[in-house]
Order: sequence, then structure tokens, then C-alpha cells
Amino acid sequence: MAFRYEVRLSGSGGQGLILVGKVLAEAAAIYDGLNATQSQSYGPEARGGASRSEVIISDGDIDYPKAENIDILLALTQEACDKYIIDLKEDGVLLIDSQMVSRIPEGNFKIVSIPIIQSAVERLGKFLVSNIIALGIITKLSGVVSEDSVKHAIRSRVPKGTEEMNITAFYTGIELAQKWLDQNGPLNT
Amino acid sequence: METPNPNVKMWQGNVACAEAALAAGCRFFAGYPITPSTEIAEVLSQRLPMVGGNFIQMEDEIAAMGAIIGASLGGAKAMTATSGPGFSLKQENIGFAAMAEVPCVIVNVQRGGPSTGLPTHAAQGEVMQSRWGTHGDHPIIVLSPFSVRETYDMTVRAFNLAEKYRTPVILLSDEIIGHLTEKVDVPPIEQMRIVNRKKPSVSPDNYLPYELNESDIPAMANFGDGYRYHVTGLAHDETGFPTNNPEKIQVQLDRLNRKIDRYRDDIVEIETHYTEDAEILVISFGSTSRSARRAVINAREKGIKAGLLRLKTIWPFPDKEIEVISDPVRKIIVAEMNLGQIAHEVEWATRRSKPVVRVNKINGEPITPNEIFNAIIAQD
Repeated sequence: MAFRYEVRLSGSGGQGLILVGKVLAEAAAIYDGLNATQSQSYGPEARGGASRSEVIISDGDIDYPKAENIDILLALTQEACDKYIIDLKEDGVLLIDSQMVSRIPEGNFKIVSIPIIQSAVERLGKFLVSNIIALGIITKLSGVVSEDSVKHAIRSRVPKGTEEMNITAFYTGIELAQKWLDQNGPLNT
Repeated sequence: METPNPNVKMWQGNVACAEAALAAGCRFFAGYPITPSTEIAEVLSQRLPMVGGNFIQMEDEIAAMGAIIGASLGGAKAMTATSGPGFSLKQENIGFAAMAEVPCVIVNVQRGGPSTGLPTHAAQGEVMQSRWGTHGDHPIIVLSPFSVRETYDMTVRAFNLAEKYRTPVILLSDEIIGHLTEKVDVPPIEQMRIVNRKKPSVSPDNYLPYELNESDIPAMANFGDGYRYHVTGLAHDETGFPTNNPEKIQVQLDRLNRKIDRYRDDIVEIETHYTEDAEILVISFGSTSRSARRAVINAREKGIKAGLLRLKTIWPFPDKEIEVISDPVRKIIVAEMNLGQIAHEVEWATRRSKPVVRVNKINGEPITPNEIFNAIIAQD
């Protein structure tokens, strides 16, 4: 039976989550030889409003391209966390920004709380790269795509001139995830 | 990590549509940006000038449709792209293109309606509008893709059919497919079949732009090539000039409609999965057919004899195919993101000989595999 891994990236419109979805899907499909789809759902606003981007990764055909049984849910805002938690599967991973999400919904899932946005500001001086730090964390926690593939996909998708900053942000995310795993033990996803 | 194949792209449906248009020979695009179709215009605004083509952002959708008709009369393969409200605005000129027999491609990336509706969410509410949105009895071809790769192939096919039959062709996509990013193994351009309109073989003096000939498809001269002729939306005779002569009108309008009807077998395409021994037949199209395929596979895994008939061509309607394939089944399920526009046609195609269960949704959310699965297992 083919495996199907579902990622939902949620936050506020303008946080770059559609880009992260495209990078993750490209890493899986172009560089890791898997199948992947990326889709999105957002409101009519150019900025703000709860926004989500979804990636399905599989070694088989992907018919339904939307997430229904989520393996890992990223929530960068409280609103997104409240709204999009619904499809997180039992024992799935809820990855939250520890400062933006204070009310954690109840349920049978694993919570990974990391100061993503704060790390972007403190370590890279740019809150804009929070999305790529989150991508690093997801890459490490999920193990569904290889780090090298994501690195190549970042280089091919981010705006010219920002590659090195984004690669640094990606490895910052990997490091934050590793630190979390060292302190809390493996997730067994 | 694998070494990437340069022909394999991670494209969204709208990008695949734009790239396919270029591959098919499209050299003119006029449009007015509207979500969720805008990426088609965005890509072509950059890419068309690189291949010697032209991109114009017009003042509105009506003018954009007019511009592609003009470009096509000048000999260019031309396209516009829009969504719901813009598609409504284009209707009058779509009728002009049908009547004047001007090849062109209109992409409608469907969003929630009616009116401005849901700009960022999908629907499939323009099945009937794509057939009958413009007034009068006219032929039209409508194709609907279910994947990014198929968006590529169908865009090329839309141009080929437009050129072959001198008709507007509508590519009926939707927000889910237009904005879905997935893998596309781009076919080598030299392996693609590209059709170009038939040019006149007679001298300009003997040219009849609406000639009655054996094929029912008159040869088409480019404006500017010395073949001076008249183009009008008024009923016209073989010369293109308006006429009130009922015999001449009848013969031209009969030919106009017959030129698609007689070639419908060349135009209609469907795809089937597990229909050979199916007792329950699911009929769907576009993005919803992805959910339908998953539902049918899930049903088969549980030993339920379900099958899928996916409509690739929407108009001319695949009525003969539906009648044959549904003949042995006891129940038909039609899943679509509207209130039953295809289901109604299916009832006609099957002469209401068996139950047609409708799975419909119009709130902007996709129909899920489970919703279709539940209809499959529901007691009759």
C-alpha cells in the first residue's frame, strides 16, 4: 500500500506559507522521486486572514489533493491553530510558534512548541524568514524528504539574492528541531 | 536525492496552461486579470514577448475577447483567460467568434458563484453557461482537465480543435486545478501534434470565406494576406456579407452547427476506471473526478463493484458513451460542484432508466472522496 503523508501549513496571509508548500512539494517530487501536490486555501485579502497551504507526499498516485488526515500541522497564529486543527490525525504532530499560539487545543496529538518567529528575528534579523525556519523544522521532524532535496528546492524557488539567507534559515530550523528532539525524545512519526 | 529530470516540472495548473499555449503556437493573449486565473496572464505577459508574440492587458474582459478575435482573424493563435464574472462578460463576443467561425481559446478557471461569489474558492458552476451562455443556436467545444498534466495536454488540444474546426474552444478548469501544483512530465515539443487552420488554395478573387464545401469547414485567410472579405455577427452568406435570404441563412446555420455535430466522435473524450463489471457508476469531471477516483478505488478495496466515468470533453456532451457504459449498472452517481448541471444531462442520456444520485456542493469546499464513497454505499 502506498504511503500518504499530509502536511498543512497555516498562519496568516503573507507569511510565505504557500512558498514553503511549493518548496516542500518540489523537494519531494523533483529531487526525491516521489509524487507530491501542493494546494492552498485563503481568503480574498492580500495580507492577513487565516491562510493555509497543503502538501501531500506519496509514493503512489495522489487523487484527492487536499489534506484530510494530517500528519503534521504548522500553526503560526492562534486563529490558524483554532481553525485548522480539525483535520489533524490522532498522534499527529502540532507544530506551533510558542509565542503566537498560547491556547493549545485539546486532543490526542503531539505538541512541538518552538519560538519560530523570535528565532528568525534574533538569529537572522528578519522576521520574513520564519517560514523557511518552519520548513527546516518540518523537514527534520517529518523525515519524509531529504535535507539536501529541500536545500536544492529552496535555491530554485526563493527570490534571487536571498538564497544564502534562506539556506541559513533552513539550517536554523533543522537545529531548533534537533534541539527539541534532544530535549523531548523522538516523535516516532 | 536524485538528479532532477529537466523535463519534469513542478507547475500549478495555470502555469501549465500558459506553457502549453506557447507550445501549441499561441502568439497572442489579451485578458483582464481575475482570480483564480491571473497566473495564466502573468506567465504569458513575460513569456509571449520572448517568442515574438504579443500580450495585452485590456480595459475589461469584453475588450479582451474582442482582441483575441481580431488577432485570430489576423492569423495568430489567440487565447484569453478569465473566471466566473469575466466569463459572463465575454459571452457576447464568444457568440461572435462562433458565428464568424474564428478559432480561439477561452480559459475559464471556475470559482464560486453566482456573481462575484467566492474569488479564491473552486466551483464547477459554468457547465451550462459554457454551452449556452451566448445567445442563439451555436456550436461550441468545452474541455475540462482533472490534473496539471492534463491541463497542459488539453490546452494544446483546445488550440488544435479550434484551428481544425474554426470555432471557439473553452477550457473549463477550476480553482483547485488552476492553483494545484504537481509534477508535469512535459512532452517533447517535436512529439506533440500541432494543428493549424486550413488556408485557402484559391486566388483572392475566388475566395469564399464561408464556402459550402464537403468538409463543412471553410478555409480561413489571414487578414492582411490580400484576401479581402467581410466578417460580421449578422447572418451571412458564403461571401461573409449579411443576408436576409432565408434559404442562404438556413444553409449557413445548418453547416455552422453540423460542422461540430458530424465530428463529435473526434472531439468527445472520456476516461473509464473499473467500469467493465461495475454495478454502480460514478460520473464526474475536473477536480471533483479526483475525489471520485479515490472513492471508487476505496469501494473496490471493500469489494464493492463501483466504476468511474470521467468526462474530459463536456460539450459536445458524451451522451452516447454514457448510455453504453451505464447500461449494465443499477445506480449512477454524479458528483459535481454545482447543483446538478451534469446530472441533468446524464438523466437525459440514460432516458431516466435508472436512479441518478447527485452529490453536489457549492460552498467553495471540494467534494471529498468520503462524500462520494458514502453515496456509493448508501442503500438504494
